[in-house]
Amino acid sequence: MTEIKLVPQNPANGPVAAAVLSCAVGCFLLGLLAVVADGSKRLAATLNFYRPSGPLSGVTTVTIALWIVCWAVLAARWRNKTLAFARVSAFAFVFLAFGLLLTFPPFGDLFLGR
Amino acid sequence: MEITLRELVTSIHGMLFGGFFLLALFGAIVLLLDRSNPAQIAGDASPSQPAPRWQTIYLIAMVALGWTAVLSGTYIIYPWYRAVAPAGADLALYPKFLLTSHPSTAGWHNFGMEWKEHVAWIAPMAGTMVAWVQLKHRAAWNAHRPIRTTVLGFAAVAFLAAAIAGGWGALINKKAPVQGGQSIQLMRSAK
Repeated sequence: MTEIKLVPQNPANGPVAAAVLSCAVGCFLLGLLAVVADGSKRLAATLNFYRPSGPLSGVTTVTIALWIVCWAVLAARWRNKTLAFARVSAFAFVFLAFGLLLTFPPFGDLFLGR
Repeated sequence: MEITLRELVTSIHGMLFGGFFLLALFGAIVLLLDRSNPAQIAGDASPSQPAPRWQTIYLIAMVALGWTAVLSGTYIIYPWYRAVAPAGADLALYPKFLLTSHPSTAGWHNFGMEWKEHVAWIAPMAGTMVAWVQLKHRAAWNAHRPIRTTVLGFAAVAFLAAAIAGGWGALINKKAPVQGGQSIQLMRSAK
């Protein structure tokens, strides 16, 4: 007969919350930067890190950098904490949804008033 | 039978990196669903023990495929796609300009490529987070149902983003293929 062992009930969920929320914030920043760079020639020029790829290179590089920094900061702050994960999850899905929407060109155009 | 260098690299980007990443994401969702099974969780001898070796290799390979797909797309294929056509040039070698040169095809760039080039990056970001939780936080995964639901949701979004990017990539490359560069002979013709 298979022995069923009990799972410890309360391992800290802070590190997972940090990973989830920072990922969602990163996705939101990606969408936001894509739209803002599309609407501002000055920002597009600033984000033109690699000329053959254009502003996309800067949009994605800045996004990844901010995502990693956000993840590291949240992970350090929440290392041993147990948070209300449902709340973190709700915020994360809102950021993720806006991130997805902002990458959708008609929504971005709406945002820019085109 | 010949293929140009740009066609070969574009195929590797789309079919090898992008295609296998999409397949791997689907497999990861199946893995997550299996690991969400209450019987599986209850039967996990030690929730803190590391993931089985095959799962570690699988998830790391998935993440590597995702990042390789977006990086090769952004820094190798996209510059070929968006290169500015000189006056009088054959637009077949400049896909973006070929598409935007006519109102009936401009949407493939203005809508399709504009969406694809950004949404694609969401997939490896979310895929990395999913893999990280699976490999590093198995005890928390086993203990908290909201974590399982949330991470599964992000895995589904990663799959959706990769599917959108891959689908548009395939369609755009059919309409205005990235081509040019050195010809590579794959096989000698019989005639």
